[in-house]
Amino acid sequence: MNVSKTLMKAMRYFVLVVFFCLYILPFILVLLNSLKERTEIISNPLSIPKSINFANYLSAMEKMNFANSFMNSLIITVFSVALITIFSAMTAYVFVRIQSKLNKFLFFLMVASMIIPFQAIMIPLVQIYGSIGFLNSKWALIYMYIGFGASLAVFIYHGLIKSIPLELEEAAMIDGASRLQIFFQVVFPLLKPTTMTIVILNVLWIWNDFLLPSLVLIKPEERTLPLSTFYFFGTYSVDYGLLMAGLVVTIIPVIIVYLFTQRYIIQGVMNGSIK
Amino acid sequence: MSSQKFFDKLKIQLLFSGPTLFAFFTVVILPFLYGIYLTFTNWDGVSANHSFVGLKNYLAVLDDTAFWTSLYKTMKYVLLTVILINVVGFFLAYMLTTEIRGKNLFRAGFFTPNLIGGIILGFLWQFIFSNVLVYIGEHFKIGIFSSSWLADPDKAFWTLVIVTTWQYSGYMMVIYIAGLMNIPKELLEAASIDGANAFVRLRKIILPLMVPSFIVCVFLSLQRGFMVYDLNIALTNGGPYKSTQLVSMYVYQKAFLSQKYGAGQAEAFVLFLIVAIVTLIQVYVSKKREVEA
Repeated sequence: MNVSKTLMKAMRYFVLVVFFCLYILPFILVLLNSLKERTEIISNPLSIPKSINFANYLSAMEKMNFANSFMNSLIITVFSVALITIFSAMTAYVFVRIQSKLNKFLFFLMVASMIIPFQAIMIPLVQIYGSIGFLNSKWALIYMYIGFGASLAVFIYHGLIKSIPLELEEAAMIDGASRLQIFFQVVFPLLKPTTMTIVILNVLWIWNDFLLPSLVLIKPEERTLPLSTFYFFGTYSVDYGLLMAGLVVTIIPVIIVYLFTQRYIIQGVMNGSIK
Repeated sequence: MSSQKFFDKLKIQLLFSGPTLFAFFTVVILPFLYGIYLTFTNWDGVSANHSFVGLKNYLAVLDDTAFWTSLYKTMKYVLLTVILINVVGFFLAYMLTTEIRGKNLFRAGFFTPNLIGGIILGFLWQFIFSNVLVYIGEHFKIGIFSSSWLADPDKAFWTLVIVTTWQYSGYMMVIYIAGLMNIPKELLEAASIDGANAFVRLRKIILPLMVPSFIVCVFLSLQRGFMVYDLNIALTNGGPYKSTQLVSMYVYQKAFLSQKYGAGQAEAFVLFLIVAIVTLIQVYVSKKREVEA
Protein backbone atom coordinates (compact mmCIF):
# COMPACT_ATOMS: atom_id res chain seq x y z
CA MET A 1 0.00 0.00 0.00
CA ASN A 2 2.58 2.52 1.11
CA VAL A 3 5.03 1.49 -1.60
CA SER A 4 2.49 2.02 -4.35
CA LYS A 5 1.55 5.36 -2.84
CA THR A 6 5.16 6.54 -2.86
CA LEU A 7 5.54 5.26 -6.39
CA MET A 8 2.46 7.18 -7.49
CA LYS A 9 3.83 10.30 -5.92
CA ALA A 10 7.17 9.89 -7.68
CA MET A 11 5.39 9.33 -10.98
CA ARG A 12 3.34 12.45 -10.52
CA TYR A 13 6.43 14.41 -9.66
CA PHE A 14 8.21 13.14 -12.74
CA VAL A 15 5.32 14.09 -15.06
CA LEU A 16 5.12 17.56 -13.53
CA VAL A 17 8.84 18.13 -13.95
CA VAL A 18 8.68 17.08 -17.62
CA PHE A 19 5.83 19.53 -18.22
CA PHE A 20 7.64 22.24 -16.31
CA CYS A 21 10.66 21.84 -18.59
CA LEU A 22 8.43 22.06 -21.67
CA TYR A 23 7.00 25.34 -20.41
CA ILE A 24 10.24 26.94 -19.31
CA LEU A 25 12.84 25.54 -21.71
CA PRO A 26 11.86 27.78 -24.66
CA PHE A 27 12.67 30.83 -22.54
CA ILE A 28 16.00 29.36 -21.43
CA LEU A 29 16.94 28.61 -25.05
CA VAL A 30 16.25 32.19 -26.08
CA LEU A 31 18.31 33.44 -23.15
CA LEU A 32 21.26 31.18 -24.02
CA ASN A 33 21.28 32.15 -27.67
CA SER A 34 20.91 35.84 -26.99
CA LEU A 35 24.47 35.76 -25.65
CA LYS A 36 25.96 34.15 -28.73
CA GLU A 37 27.22 35.23 -32.11
CA ARG A 38 25.26 34.34 -35.21
CA THR A 39 27.72 31.66 -36.35
CA GLU A 40 27.77 30.10 -32.89
CA ILE A 41 23.99 29.77 -32.98
CA ILE A 42 23.93 28.17 -36.40
CA SER A 43 26.59 25.63 -35.54
CA ASN A 44 24.80 24.60 -32.32
CA PRO A 45 21.76 26.34 -30.83
CA LEU A 46 21.92 24.13 -27.72
CA SER A 47 25.49 24.95 -26.68
CA ILE A 48 26.41 27.03 -23.68
CA PRO A 49 27.71 30.43 -24.85
CA LYS A 50 31.52 30.58 -25.02
CA SER A 51 31.60 33.95 -23.33
CA ILE A 52 29.10 36.24 -21.70
CA ASN A 53 28.69 39.04 -24.15
CA PHE A 54 26.07 41.75 -23.83
CA ALA A 55 26.79 43.36 -27.19
CA ASN A 56 23.63 41.88 -28.68
CA TYR A 57 21.54 43.46 -25.97
CA LEU A 58 22.85 46.96 -26.48
CA SER A 59 22.53 46.68 -30.20
CA ALA A 60 18.99 45.24 -30.03
CA MET A 61 17.83 47.90 -27.60
CA GLU A 62 19.14 50.61 -29.85
CA LYS A 63 17.65 49.15 -33.02
CA MET A 64 14.26 48.55 -31.45
CA ASN A 65 14.24 52.01 -29.98
CA PHE A 66 13.60 50.11 -26.78
CA ALA A 67 13.46 52.90 -24.21
CA ASN A 68 10.96 54.84 -26.29
CA SER A 69 8.69 51.85 -27.01
CA PHE A 70 8.86 50.76 -23.41
CA MET A 71 7.72 54.20 -22.27
CA ASN A 72 4.90 54.20 -24.84
CA SER A 73 3.70 50.80 -23.64
CA LEU A 74 3.94 51.94 -20.04
CA ILE A 75 2.02 55.18 -20.56
CA ILE A 76 -0.69 53.47 -22.60
CA THR A 77 -1.10 50.61 -20.14
CA VAL A 78 -1.11 52.76 -17.00
CA PHE A 79 -3.58 55.34 -18.26
CA SER A 80 -5.90 52.86 -19.97
CA VAL A 81 -6.07 50.54 -16.98
CA ALA A 82 -6.54 53.34 -14.45
CA LEU A 83 -9.34 54.92 -16.46
CA ILE A 84 -11.07 51.63 -17.28
CA THR A 85 -11.04 50.73 -13.60
CA ILE A 86 -12.39 54.00 -12.24
CA PHE A 87 -14.95 54.70 -14.97
CA SER A 88 -16.25 51.13 -15.00
CA ALA A 89 -16.62 50.97 -11.23
CA MET A 90 -18.60 54.22 -11.32
CA THR A 91 -20.78 52.95 -14.13
CA ALA A 92 -21.47 49.63 -12.44
CA TYR A 93 -22.33 51.56 -9.27
CA VAL A 94 -24.92 53.70 -10.99
CA PHE A 95 -26.32 50.64 -12.80
CA VAL A 96 -26.88 48.93 -9.45
CA ARG A 97 -28.11 51.94 -7.48
CA ILE A 98 -30.39 53.50 -10.11
CA GLN A 99 -32.51 50.60 -11.29
CA SER A 100 -34.15 52.22 -14.30
CA LYS A 101 -35.26 50.43 -17.45
CA LEU A 102 -32.62 52.36 -19.35
CA ASN A 103 -29.85 51.17 -17.05
CA LYS A 104 -31.00 47.58 -17.32
CA PHE A 105 -30.92 47.87 -21.08
CA LEU A 106 -27.49 49.53 -21.10
CA PHE A 107 -26.08 46.84 -18.84
CA PHE A 108 -27.50 44.11 -21.05
CA LEU A 109 -26.08 45.82 -24.14
CA MET A 110 -22.60 45.98 -22.63
CA VAL A 111 -22.66 42.33 -21.60
CA ALA A 112 -24.02 41.24 -24.99
CA SER A 113 -21.36 43.26 -26.83
CA MET A 114 -18.62 41.10 -25.33
CA ILE A 115 -19.43 38.46 -27.92
CA ILE A 116 -18.41 40.74 -30.81
CA PRO A 117 -14.96 39.79 -32.08
CA PHE A 118 -12.61 42.72 -32.54
CA GLN A 119 -12.22 41.81 -36.22
CA ALA A 120 -15.87 42.69 -36.80
CA ILE A 121 -15.21 46.24 -35.62
CA MET A 122 -11.70 47.07 -36.75
CA ILE A 123 -12.42 48.11 -40.35
CA PRO A 124 -15.15 50.68 -39.60
CA LEU A 125 -13.22 51.78 -36.50
CA VAL A 126 -10.19 52.69 -38.57
CA GLN A 127 -12.37 54.37 -41.16
CA ILE A 128 -14.33 56.49 -38.69
CA TYR A 129 -11.36 57.61 -36.60
CA GLY A 130 -9.14 58.00 -39.64
CA SER A 131 -11.60 60.35 -41.30
CA ILE A 132 -11.74 62.68 -38.29
CA GLY A 133 -7.93 62.57 -37.97
CA PHE A 134 -8.02 60.93 -34.56
CA LEU A 135 -5.56 58.11 -35.27
CA ASN A 136 -1.84 58.07 -34.66
CA SER A 137 -1.77 59.11 -31.05
CA LYS A 138 -1.42 57.30 -27.74
CA TRP A 139 -4.41 59.16 -26.41
CA ALA A 140 -6.68 57.90 -29.17
CA LEU A 141 -5.55 54.39 -28.34
CA ILE A 142 -6.17 54.89 -24.61
CA TYR A 143 -9.64 56.20 -25.43
CA MET A 144 -10.38 53.08 -27.48
CA TYR A 145 -9.15 50.78 -24.74
CA ILE A 146 -11.68 52.38 -22.39
CA GLY A 147 -14.44 51.60 -24.89
CA PHE A 148 -13.30 48.02 -25.44
CA GLY A 149 -12.38 47.26 -21.83
CA ALA A 150 -15.42 48.76 -20.11
CA SER A 151 -17.89 45.92 -20.72
CA LEU A 152 -16.04 43.19 -18.88
CA ALA A 153 -15.03 45.51 -16.03
CA VAL A 154 -18.59 46.81 -15.57
CA PHE A 155 -19.86 43.24 -15.63
CA ILE A 156 -17.44 42.07 -12.93
CA TYR A 157 -17.98 45.13 -10.70
CA HIS A 158 -21.76 44.90 -11.12
CA GLY A 159 -21.86 41.46 -9.52
CA LEU A 160 -19.95 42.68 -6.49
CA ILE A 161 -21.62 46.06 -5.92
CA LYS A 162 -25.00 44.29 -5.73
CA SER A 163 -23.80 42.61 -2.54
CA ILE A 164 -22.79 45.83 -0.76
CA PRO A 165 -25.50 46.78 1.76
CA LEU A 166 -27.10 50.15 1.23
CA GLU A 167 -26.93 50.94 4.98
CA LEU A 168 -23.21 51.61 4.68
CA GLU A 169 -23.86 54.40 2.24
CA GLU A 170 -26.87 55.77 4.11
CA ALA A 171 -24.75 56.44 7.16
CA ALA A 172 -22.38 58.53 5.07
CA MET A 173 -25.28 60.26 3.36
CA ILE A 174 -26.70 61.37 6.69
CA ASP A 175 -23.31 62.90 7.46
CA GLY A 176 -23.84 65.03 4.37
CA ALA A 177 -21.41 63.39 1.99
CA SER A 178 -22.07 63.80 -1.73
CA ARG A 179 -22.60 60.83 -4.02
CA LEU A 180 -19.06 61.16 -5.41
CA GLN A 181 -17.60 61.27 -1.91
CA ILE A 182 -19.64 58.26 -0.89
CA PHE A 183 -18.47 56.36 -3.93
CA PHE A 184 -14.78 57.12 -3.52
CA GLN A 185 -14.64 56.95 0.28
CA VAL A 186 -17.06 54.13 1.03
CA VAL A 187 -17.79 51.99 -2.03
CA PHE A 188 -14.58 52.01 -4.05
CA PRO A 189 -12.33 50.89 -1.14
CA LEU A 190 -14.68 47.94 -0.58
CA LEU A 191 -14.13 46.87 -4.18
CA LYS A 192 -10.37 46.55 -3.79
CA PRO A 193 -10.01 42.78 -4.39
CA THR A 194 -12.11 43.05 -7.54
CA THR A 195 -10.17 46.09 -8.64
CA MET A 196 -6.99 44.02 -8.38
CA THR A 197 -8.52 41.39 -10.64
CA ILE A 198 -9.62 43.95 -13.20
CA VAL A 199 -6.24 45.67 -13.16
CA ILE A 200 -4.44 42.36 -13.71
CA LEU A 201 -6.66 41.16 -16.54
CA ASN A 202 -6.41 44.50 -18.31
CA VAL A 203 -2.66 44.87 -17.87
CA LEU A 204 -2.12 41.42 -19.38
CA TRP A 205 -4.33 42.35 -22.31
CA ILE A 206 -3.17 45.90 -23.04
CA TRP A 207 0.56 45.45 -22.45
CA ASN A 208 0.63 42.58 -24.94
CA ASP A 209 -1.97 43.75 -27.45
CA PHE A 210 -0.83 43.97 -31.06
CA LEU A 211 -3.66 44.30 -33.57
CA LEU A 212 -5.33 47.45 -32.25
CA PRO A 213 -2.10 49.41 -31.73
CA SER A 214 -0.88 48.29 -35.16
CA LEU A 215 -3.96 49.93 -36.68
CA VAL A 216 -3.91 53.08 -34.57
CA LEU A 217 -0.23 53.89 -34.08
CA ILE A 218 1.41 54.35 -37.45
CA LYS A 219 4.32 56.67 -36.67
CA PRO A 220 7.49 54.77 -35.58
CA GLU A 221 8.02 56.97 -32.52
CA GLU A 222 4.57 56.04 -31.17
CA ARG A 223 5.16 52.27 -31.30
CA THR A 224 4.56 50.04 -28.30
CA LEU A 225 6.85 47.12 -27.42
CA PRO A 226 4.96 44.42 -29.36
CA LEU A 227 4.92 46.72 -32.40
CA SER A 228 8.60 47.57 -32.29
CA THR A 229 9.45 43.89 -31.75
CA PHE A 230 7.42 43.07 -34.84
CA TYR A 231 9.19 45.62 -37.06
CA PHE A 232 12.54 44.71 -35.57
CA PHE A 233 12.07 41.07 -36.61
CA GLY A 234 10.99 42.14 -40.07
CA THR A 235 14.20 44.12 -40.54
CA TYR A 236 16.86 41.85 -39.03
CA SER A 237 15.39 38.49 -39.91
CA VAL A 238 18.58 36.38 -39.96
CA ASP A 239 20.72 37.92 -37.25
CA TYR A 240 19.60 35.40 -34.64
CA GLY A 241 21.74 36.54 -31.72
CA LEU A 242 20.44 40.05 -32.12
CA LEU A 243 16.83 38.86 -32.46
CA MET A 244 17.03 36.65 -29.39
CA ALA A 245 18.48 39.55 -27.41
CA GLY A 246 15.52 41.65 -28.57
CA LEU A 247 13.15 39.02 -27.19
CA VAL A 248 15.02 38.80 -23.91
CA VAL A 249 14.89 42.53 -23.26
CA THR A 250 11.12 42.58 -23.88
CA ILE A 251 10.47 39.51 -21.73
CA ILE A 252 12.75 40.31 -18.77
CA PRO A 253 10.83 43.30 -17.37
CA VAL A 254 7.63 41.25 -17.36
CA ILE A 255 9.32 38.34 -15.61
CA ILE A 256 10.80 40.65 -12.97
CA VAL A 257 7.38 42.12 -12.20
CA TYR A 258 5.95 38.60 -12.18
CA LEU A 259 8.46 37.37 -9.60
CA PHE A 260 7.12 39.90 -7.11
CA THR A 261 3.43 39.85 -7.98
CA GLN A 262 3.02 36.19 -8.95
CA ARG A 263 0.57 35.36 -6.15
CA TYR A 264 -1.65 38.35 -6.88
CA ILE A 265 -1.71 37.70 -10.61
CA ILE A 266 -2.76 34.09 -10.21
CA GLN A 267 -5.31 35.05 -7.56
CA GLY A 268 -6.62 37.77 -9.87
CA VAL A 269 -7.11 35.36 -12.76
CA MET A 270 -8.86 32.92 -10.42
CA ASN A 271 -11.27 35.58 -9.20
CA GLY A 272 -11.89 36.87 -12.69
CA SER A 273 -13.25 33.52 -13.80
CA ILE A 274 -15.80 33.04 -11.03
CA LYS A 275 -18.92 35.04 -11.61
CA MET B 1 -41.39 62.92 -7.52
CA SER B 2 -40.19 66.50 -7.76
CA SER B 3 -38.30 67.71 -10.78
CA GLN B 4 -35.43 68.65 -8.47
CA LYS B 5 -35.02 65.01 -7.55
CA PHE B 6 -35.21 63.97 -11.18
CA PHE B 7 -32.40 66.33 -12.13
CA ASP B 8 -30.30 65.11 -9.24
CA LYS B 9 -30.67 61.57 -10.49
CA LEU B 10 -29.87 62.61 -14.04
CA LYS B 11 -26.77 64.43 -12.86
CA ILE B 12 -25.52 61.39 -10.99
CA GLN B 13 -26.34 59.13 -13.91
CA LEU B 14 -24.35 61.30 -16.33
CA LEU B 15 -21.48 61.92 -13.96
CA PHE B 16 -21.03 58.26 -13.11
CA SER B 17 -21.78 56.50 -16.36
CA GLY B 18 -21.25 59.26 -18.94
CA PRO B 19 -17.55 58.74 -19.74
CA THR B 20 -17.79 54.95 -19.96
CA LEU B 21 -20.94 54.97 -22.05
CA PHE B 22 -19.62 57.63 -24.40
CA ALA B 23 -16.46 55.64 -25.06
CA PHE B 24 -18.39 52.37 -25.30
CA PHE B 25 -20.88 53.71 -27.84
CA THR B 26 -18.34 55.52 -29.99
CA VAL B 27 -15.78 52.71 -29.98
CA VAL B 28 -17.93 49.56 -30.01
CA ILE B 29 -21.56 50.21 -30.96
CA LEU B 30 -21.15 52.93 -33.57
CA PRO B 31 -18.42 51.13 -35.57
CA PHE B 32 -20.35 47.87 -35.29
CA LEU B 33 -23.49 49.41 -36.78
CA TYR B 34 -21.54 51.44 -39.32
CA GLY B 35 -19.74 48.21 -40.24
CA ILE B 36 -23.05 46.57 -41.10
CA TYR B 37 -23.80 49.55 -43.35
CA LEU B 38 -20.35 49.27 -44.98
CA THR B 39 -21.05 45.72 -46.07
CA PHE B 40 -23.68 47.10 -48.46
CA THR B 41 -21.28 49.53 -50.13
CA ASN B 42 -18.28 49.32 -52.45
CA TRP B 43 -15.98 51.59 -50.46
CA ASP B 44 -12.27 51.11 -51.26
CA GLY B 45 -10.84 52.99 -48.33
CA VAL B 46 -9.51 55.88 -50.39
CA SER B 47 -12.19 57.56 -52.46
CA ALA B 48 -14.39 60.14 -50.78
CA ASN B 49 -17.69 58.66 -51.82
CA HIS B 50 -19.00 55.17 -52.18
CA SER B 51 -22.18 53.76 -53.56
CA PHE B 52 -24.72 51.31 -52.38
CA VAL B 53 -24.31 47.86 -53.91
CA GLY B 54 -26.98 45.85 -52.11
CA LEU B 55 -26.08 42.26 -51.35
CA LYS B 56 -23.20 42.11 -53.81
CA ASN B 57 -20.55 41.87 -51.08
CA TYR B 58 -22.34 38.99 -49.42
CA LEU B 59 -22.67 37.16 -52.73
CA ALA B 60 -18.95 37.75 -53.24
CA VAL B 61 -18.30 36.19 -49.82
CA LEU B 62 -20.07 33.04 -50.97
CA ASP B 63 -17.83 32.91 -54.04
CA ASP B 64 -14.60 33.67 -52.18
CA THR B 65 -13.20 30.15 -51.80
CA ALA B 66 -10.02 31.45 -50.15
CA PHE B 67 -12.17 32.91 -47.38
CA TRP B 68 -13.97 29.62 -46.77
CA THR B 69 -10.68 27.74 -46.81
CA SER B 70 -9.26 30.02 -44.15
CA LEU B 71 -12.50 29.76 -42.18
CA TYR B 72 -12.39 25.98 -42.39
CA LYS B 73 -8.79 25.98 -41.15
CA THR B 74 -9.75 28.32 -38.33
CA MET B 75 -12.57 25.99 -37.28
CA LYS B 76 -10.16 23.05 -37.29
CA TYR B 77 -7.66 25.11 -35.32
CA VAL B 78 -10.33 26.20 -32.82
CA LEU B 79 -11.61 22.67 -32.33
CA LEU B 80 -8.14 21.24 -31.76
CA THR B 81 -6.92 24.04 -29.50
CA VAL B 82 -10.08 24.12 -27.38
CA ILE B 83 -9.74 20.39 -26.72
CA LEU B 84 -5.99 20.40 -26.13
CA ILE B 85 -5.86 23.55 -24.00
CA ASN B 86 -8.58 22.26 -21.72
CA VAL B 87 -7.31 18.71 -21.47
CA VAL B 88 -3.79 19.87 -20.64
CA GLY B 89 -5.05 22.69 -18.39
CA PHE B 90 -7.30 20.36 -16.43
CA PHE B 91 -4.62 17.68 -16.20
CA LEU B 92 -2.09 20.14 -14.77
CA ALA B 93 -4.66 21.51 -12.33
CA TYR B 94 -5.60 18.00 -11.19
CA MET B 95 -1.96 17.10 -10.63
CA LEU B 96 -1.36 20.28 -8.65
CA THR B 97 -4.31 20.14 -6.25
CA THR B 98 -2.88 17.27 -4.25
CA GLU B 99 -0.24 17.71 -1.59
CA ILE B 100 3.01 18.10 -3.45
CA ARG B 101 6.19 20.04 -2.86
CA GLY B 102 6.92 23.06 -4.98
CA LYS B 103 3.26 23.46 -5.93
CA ASN B 104 3.55 27.22 -6.25
CA LEU B 105 6.67 27.03 -8.36
CA PHE B 106 5.00 24.64 -10.81
CA ARG B 107 1.87 26.76 -10.96
CA ALA B 108 3.83 29.96 -11.57
CA GLY B 109 5.92 28.25 -14.26
CA PHE B 110 2.95 26.89 -16.19
CA PHE B 111 1.31 30.30 -16.14
CA THR B 112 4.36 32.20 -17.43
CA PRO B 113 3.56 32.09 -21.20
CA ASN B 114 0.35 34.04 -20.51
CA LEU B 115 2.30 37.07 -19.42
CA ILE B 116 3.89 37.47 -22.81
CA GLY B 117 2.22 38.61 -25.99
CA GLY B 118 1.51 36.43 -29.02
CA ILE B 119 3.96 38.38 -31.19
CA ILE B 120 6.90 37.69 -28.90
CA LEU B 121 5.92 34.06 -28.29
CA GLY B 122 5.45 33.59 -32.02
CA PHE B 123 8.97 34.76 -32.82
CA LEU B 124 10.36 32.75 -29.93
CA TRP B 125 8.82 29.53 -31.25
CA GLN B 126 9.75 30.37 -34.81
CA PHE B 127 13.37 30.19 -33.69
CA ILE B 128 12.75 26.92 -31.89
CA PHE B 129 10.99 25.24 -34.78
CA SER B 130 13.30 26.43 -37.52
CA ASN B 131 16.65 26.30 -35.66
CA VAL B 132 16.67 24.33 -32.44
CA LEU B 133 14.47 21.42 -33.53
CA VAL B 134 16.13 21.19 -36.93
CA TYR B 135 19.50 21.02 -35.20
CA ILE B 136 18.25 18.27 -32.87
CA GLY B 137 16.78 16.40 -35.84
CA GLU B 138 20.02 16.49 -37.79
CA HIS B 139 22.33 15.88 -34.88
CA PHE B 140 20.46 13.00 -33.27
CA LYS B 141 19.04 11.68 -36.56
CA ILE B 142 15.39 12.21 -35.66
CA GLY B 143 13.65 12.25 -39.02
CA ILE B 144 10.57 14.19 -38.01
CA PHE B 145 12.61 17.21 -36.93
CA SER B 146 15.27 17.19 -39.64
CA SER B 147 13.50 19.76 -41.76
CA SER B 148 11.74 22.83 -40.42
CA TRP B 149 8.10 22.30 -39.52
CA LEU B 150 7.39 25.82 -40.64
CA ALA B 151 8.27 24.94 -44.24
CA ASP B 152 5.67 22.18 -44.48
CA PRO B 153 1.96 23.22 -44.77
CA ASP B 154 0.55 20.46 -42.54
CA LYS B 155 3.21 20.69 -39.89
CA ALA B 156 3.09 24.48 -39.90
CA PHE B 157 -0.59 24.26 -39.00
CA TRP B 158 0.32 21.99 -36.10
CA THR B 159 2.94 24.45 -34.84
CA LEU B 160 0.09 26.94 -34.36
CA VAL B 161 -1.91 24.35 -32.43
CA ILE B 162 1.05 23.33 -30.28
CA VAL B 163 2.12 26.86 -29.39
CA THR B 164 -1.46 27.93 -28.64
CA THR B 165 -1.88 24.97 -26.30
CA TRP B 166 1.42 25.77 -24.63
CA GLN B 167 0.43 29.42 -24.31
CA TYR B 168 -3.07 29.13 -22.85
CA SER B 169 -3.20 25.84 -20.94
CA GLY B 170 -1.56 27.48 -17.92
CA TYR B 171 -4.28 30.10 -17.83
CA MET B 172 -7.04 27.50 -17.88
CA MET B 173 -5.10 25.50 -15.29
CA VAL B 174 -5.44 28.42 -12.89
CA ILE B 175 -9.21 28.55 -13.41
CA TYR B 176 -9.48 24.77 -12.97
CA ILE B 177 -7.45 24.92 -9.77
CA ALA B 178 -9.92 27.47 -8.42
CA GLY B 179 -12.76 25.13 -9.35
CA LEU B 180 -11.11 22.05 -7.85
CA MET B 181 -10.46 23.84 -4.58
CA ASN B 182 -14.18 24.57 -4.31
CA ILE B 183 -15.13 20.91 -4.32
CA PRO B 184 -16.08 19.98 -0.75
CA LYS B 185 -13.40 17.74 0.78
CA GLU B 186 -15.99 15.76 2.78
CA LEU B 187 -17.60 14.62 -0.44
CA LEU B 188 -14.37 13.11 -1.73
CA GLU B 189 -13.52 11.59 1.65
CA ALA B 190 -16.95 10.04 1.93
CA ALA B 191 -16.56 8.53 -1.53
CA SER B 192 -13.13 7.19 -0.57
CA ILE B 193 -14.52 5.49 2.50
CA ASP B 194 -17.24 3.96 0.35
CA GLY B 195 -14.47 2.42 -1.72
CA ALA B 196 -14.38 4.71 -4.76
CA ASN B 197 -10.88 4.82 -6.24
CA ALA B 198 -9.26 7.93 -7.69
CA PHE B 199 -10.61 7.28 -11.16
CA VAL B 200 -14.20 6.77 -9.99
CA ARG B 201 -13.99 9.90 -7.83
CA LEU B 202 -12.76 11.86 -10.84
CA ARG B 203 -15.51 10.58 -13.11
CA LYS B 204 -18.44 10.56 -10.73
CA ILE B 205 -17.74 13.54 -8.48
CA ILE B 206 -15.04 15.85 -9.74
CA LEU B 207 -15.94 16.13 -13.41
CA PRO B 208 -19.68 16.76 -12.87
CA LEU B 209 -18.92 19.41 -10.27
CA MET B 210 -16.39 21.08 -12.54
CA VAL B 211 -18.90 21.85 -15.29
CA PRO B 212 -19.06 25.57 -14.41
CA SER B 213 -15.26 25.81 -14.74
CA PHE B 214 -15.41 23.96 -18.05
CA ILE B 215 -18.02 26.41 -19.34
CA VAL B 216 -15.78 29.37 -18.54
CA CYS B 217 -12.63 27.79 -19.93
CA VAL B 218 -14.20 26.51 -23.13
CA PHE B 219 -15.79 29.92 -23.66
CA LEU B 220 -12.44 31.69 -23.19
CA SER B 221 -10.53 29.30 -25.41
CA LEU B 222 -13.18 29.48 -28.13
CA GLN B 223 -13.02 33.26 -28.19
CA ARG B 224 -9.25 33.33 -28.26
CA GLY B 225 -9.12 30.69 -30.95
CA PHE B 226 -11.39 32.53 -33.35
CA MET B 227 -9.61 35.81 -32.79
CA VAL B 228 -6.02 34.60 -33.07
CA TYR B 229 -3.90 37.01 -35.07
CA ASP B 230 -0.60 37.88 -33.32
CA LEU B 231 0.64 34.32 -33.10
CA ASN B 232 -0.43 33.60 -36.67
CA ILE B 233 1.47 36.56 -38.07
CA ALA B 234 4.61 36.08 -35.94
CA LEU B 235 4.97 32.29 -36.07
CA THR B 236 3.98 31.29 -39.61
CA ASN B 237 2.93 34.59 -41.19
CA GLY B 238 0.27 32.57 -42.99
CA GLY B 239 2.88 30.49 -44.79
CA PRO B 240 4.07 28.38 -46.37
CA TYR B 241 2.05 29.40 -49.44
CA LYS B 242 -0.76 30.93 -47.37
CA SER B 243 -1.56 27.48 -46.02
CA THR B 244 -1.85 28.64 -42.43
CA GLN B 245 -3.65 31.92 -42.98
CA LEU B 246 -6.41 31.89 -40.38
CA VAL B 247 -9.56 33.92 -40.83
CA SER B 248 -8.56 36.95 -38.78
CA MET B 249 -5.42 37.42 -40.83
CA TYR B 250 -7.33 36.80 -44.05
CA VAL B 251 -9.91 39.49 -43.28
CA TYR B 252 -7.17 41.92 -42.31
CA GLN B 253 -5.37 41.41 -45.60
CA LYS B 254 -8.55 41.62 -47.64
CA ALA B 255 -9.53 44.93 -46.13
CA PHE B 256 -6.29 46.74 -45.48
CA LEU B 257 -3.96 45.31 -48.11
CA SER B 258 -6.30 44.63 -51.03
CA GLN B 259 -8.35 47.71 -50.12
CA LYS B 260 -11.66 45.88 -50.37
CA TYR B 261 -13.28 47.34 -47.30
CA GLY B 262 -16.90 46.51 -48.08
CA ALA B 263 -16.11 42.91 -48.98
CA GLY B 264 -13.67 42.57 -46.08
CA GLN B 265 -16.25 43.88 -43.65
CA ALA B 266 -18.87 41.48 -45.03
CA GLU B 267 -16.48 38.62 -44.25
CA ALA B 268 -15.78 40.07 -40.80
CA PHE B 269 -19.52 40.16 -40.22
CA VAL B 270 -19.90 36.53 -41.27
CA LEU B 271 -17.14 35.75 -38.77
CA PHE B 272 -19.08 37.62 -36.07
CA LEU B 273 -22.22 35.57 -36.81
CA ILE B 274 -20.30 32.31 -36.62
CA VAL B 275 -18.60 33.25 -33.35
CA ALA B 276 -21.91 34.37 -31.87
CA ILE B 277 -23.72 31.18 -32.88
CA VAL B 278 -20.94 28.87 -31.68
CA THR B 279 -20.63 30.70 -28.35
CA LEU B 280 -24.38 30.72 -27.70
CA ILE B 281 -24.68 27.02 -28.49
CA GLN B 282 -21.73 26.28 -26.21
CA VAL B 283 -23.15 28.22 -23.28
CA TYR B 284 -26.65 26.81 -23.80
CA VAL B 285 -25.55 23.18 -24.10
CA SER B 286 -23.18 23.30 -21.16
CA LYS B 287 -25.56 25.21 -18.86
CA LYS B 288 -27.92 22.28 -19.21
CA ARG B 289 -25.29 19.94 -17.82
CA GLU B 290 -24.59 21.98 -14.74
CA VAL B 291 -25.31 20.23 -11.42
CA GLU B 292 -25.68 21.56 -7.90
CA ALA B 293 -22.94 20.68 -5.45
